[in-house]
Amino acid sequence: MTVLSYALYFAALVGLAWALAVWMTRVYAGTLPTPLLRIEGALLRLSGGSPDREMSWSAYALAVLAFNLAGFIMLYAILRLQAVLPLNPDGIGAMAPDLAFNTAVSFVTNTNWQAYSGEAQLSYLSQMAGLTVQNFVSAGTGMAVAVAVIRGFVAAKGTTIGNFWVDLTRSVLWILLPLSILLALFLAAQGVPQTLQGAVVATGVEGQEQVIARGPAAAQIAIKQLGTNGGGFFGVNSAHPFENPTIASNLAQSLSILLIPVAFCFLFGRMAGDRRQGLAIFAAMGVMFVAGLAVIHVYEVMGNPALGLGANMEGKEQRFGAMLSSLWAASTTAASNGSVNAMHDSFMPLSGLVMLLNMQIGEVVFGGVGAGFYGMLLYVVLAVFLAGLMVGRTPEYLGRKIEAREVTLAVLAFLSMPLGILVGGAIAATVPAAMAAVQDPGPHGLSEILYAYSSATGNNGSAFGGYGAALTWHTTALGIVMLLGRYAIIVPMLAIAGSMIRKTQAPVTSGTFPTHGPLFVTLLVLTVVILGALTFFPVLALGPIAEETARVAGQSF
Amino acid sequence: MLSHLRPAIALTVFFTILTGLAYPLAMTGIAQGLFPAAANGSLIERNGTSVGSTLIAQPFAGTGYLHPRASASNYNAAGTGATNYGPTSATLIADVTARRAAWEALNGSPAPIDAVTSSGSGVDPDISPETALAQADRIAAARGADPAAIRAMIEGAVQGRTLGLYGEPRVNVLLTNIALDEAFPMPPAGN
Repeated sequence: MTVLSYALYFAALVGLAWALAVWMTRVYAGTLPTPLLRIEGALLRLSGGSPDREMSWSAYALAVLAFNLAGFIMLYAILRLQAVLPLNPDGIGAMAPDLAFNTAVSFVTNTNWQAYSGEAQLSYLSQMAGLTVQNFVSAGTGMAVAVAVIRGFVAAKGTTIGNFWVDLTRSVLWILLPLSILLALFLAAQGVPQTLQGAVVATGVEGQEQVIARGPAAAQIAIKQLGTNGGGFFGVNSAHPFENPTIASNLAQSLSILLIPVAFCFLFGRMAGDRRQGLAIFAAMGVMFVAGLAVIHVYEVMGNPALGLGANMEGKEQRFGAMLSSLWAASTTAASNGSVNAMHDSFMPLSGLVMLLNMQIGEVVFGGVGAGFYGMLLYVVLAVFLAGLMVGRTPEYLGRKIEAREVTLAVLAFLSMPLGILVGGAIAATVPAAMAAVQDPGPHGLSEILYAYSSATGNNGSAFGGYGAALTWHTTALGIVMLLGRYAIIVPMLAIAGSMIRKTQAPVTSGTFPTHGPLFVTLLVLTVVILGALTFFPVLALGPIAEETARVAGQSF
Repeated sequence: MLSHLRPAIALTVFFTILTGLAYPLAMTGIAQGLFPAAANGSLIERNGTSVGSTLIAQPFAGTGYLHPRASASNYNAAGTGATNYGPTSATLIADVTARRAAWEALNGSPAPIDAVTSSGSGVDPDISPETALAQADRIAAARGADPAAIRAMIEGAVQGRTLGLYGEPRVNVLLTNIALDEAFPMPPAGN
């Protein structure tokens, strides 16, 4: 029964992603119907995006940085000024400077870490013109970068990898916006509020007063899932019955989290002119996803004997139970989404381990929209290089040689994860001002620190919610590692693309190492697992693994 | 960099207007036109005033009512929250143990797991059918009603799995309590 439920879900996911990839191929190739092309052309010319001019990798990277900087300033200003701006029916005050910095960085980098609580600290204008906008354009930025990086690997020899303004505009107008409109209306029909009226004051059946916060939530939630953003309208995110009222809304949101990341695998195969290349990467991601999901599912269904018989229902909603909460937890940490429909802090220790690993390996098991795919290409470069070393041949990928420059850049990008997680986490575990954030004593406390820094560096955004991340230390430090985890990967990956596209594509010979068969899939998975395990196993042993050992021995903290 | 400034600013402004204002306002207009009840928070009106939302738990203490799941944020629907205690937290284990003792003393039967754990949102509107049925005798006694009739009403309120595959069977506490009030009015106080 459980297997059938999951199988149907995955079949739906793959079918939808496959269809979407066909559409995305047309969008990025610029072969849409003429009226649509006219609209985007006019917009781009008007805004000075010079749609006919292609960019080198460095110009592309600068455009990304300039656009994200403009977005950051805009969002920071809205958050600081929300008290005096319109659309604030509940009279919410200005956000504090450090929290506004954290929130603005968080949304611009597609992390959507919530150090704030939406219903208490954000006006409707901040939710709409602030966060929702960045939900769209940070996702669009990731998708644009991924498409540019793919071009570097697959396009004909040249010096340019596309035009950022064109790729960004196409991602938002023709992919994210239409899907969001469909999902937002579906969610509103299911009971997600979409209203500009303020909170309602109800008098309960037993006579007590209850203030019920609401707002224009459905529109925000639709893009938060599709764009792997994850920042909730309400504090408890998609566990809140207003964000996720029904099983249908839950399934639609679960599918939306993985939809575009999965579609990117198929898009890659189409752009490469060899669909098997995309399927191989999909297979590698899929194997890791299912393995992680299986662990979480088993532990959550088995439950916590210290609390009583039955599934682990602490921090979970009755309508979702263990299964839909496990599916969500695996999806949201794999896909760099970061929304939650159950509280991750209260999951069993080894479920937490899987979620941590999903983030620590760099969010490459499907990953964030676009970001997961270019992150995985980083591992592909390393895997192909390792394969080349093993057989003593110059490594090649899609007919192009992988040389010292690409491998150096890939390793540089890879190092941003341990830098943010291990160094950031180590500082947070030693400075008293930072340690005040830890809620749970014992090894779980270390997991809380690790989770925060893994989530921020991986641009995930989910949290072990007991961790007091609103402390000024963490709003600042986490903001910095979010920037690191985003741009210290984007820039080297664009540089790799810029380097690859200058190389001659060699024809496939009998001596070419095939990068579409099971052997390559295995090699790719092993590269991810070994690099991830070597880097993070020591600290995971002190956190979730120590906690599980103690738990089995009947110890509590 | 400078040549990028104009499109960076122009597109930021354009996308703010399109995705930050036009999109949410259009969604609001359409949702309010097509399904106003759902889009306004699924509120229940009784005698012209709102008694709550079908989607949001409210506290029930009376013995004549189904009780909702525990809430770490005291059923505050304007500031939701969970315990976020880890699975080996001694505080969590002690809280759950105390809650179990209280629940079993009140209802006279073993407590199912959802009755002793806190929900994720703090406003979980549902409980499991087991947890609901275990409260039937207490409710019947408080209302002077036939326990079988109460049990039948609860069974009628059970929502099953979607497609028989997804989600958990559940009973909406607020809706069931309102139905109980209508079908089995509380005896006047003092009786």
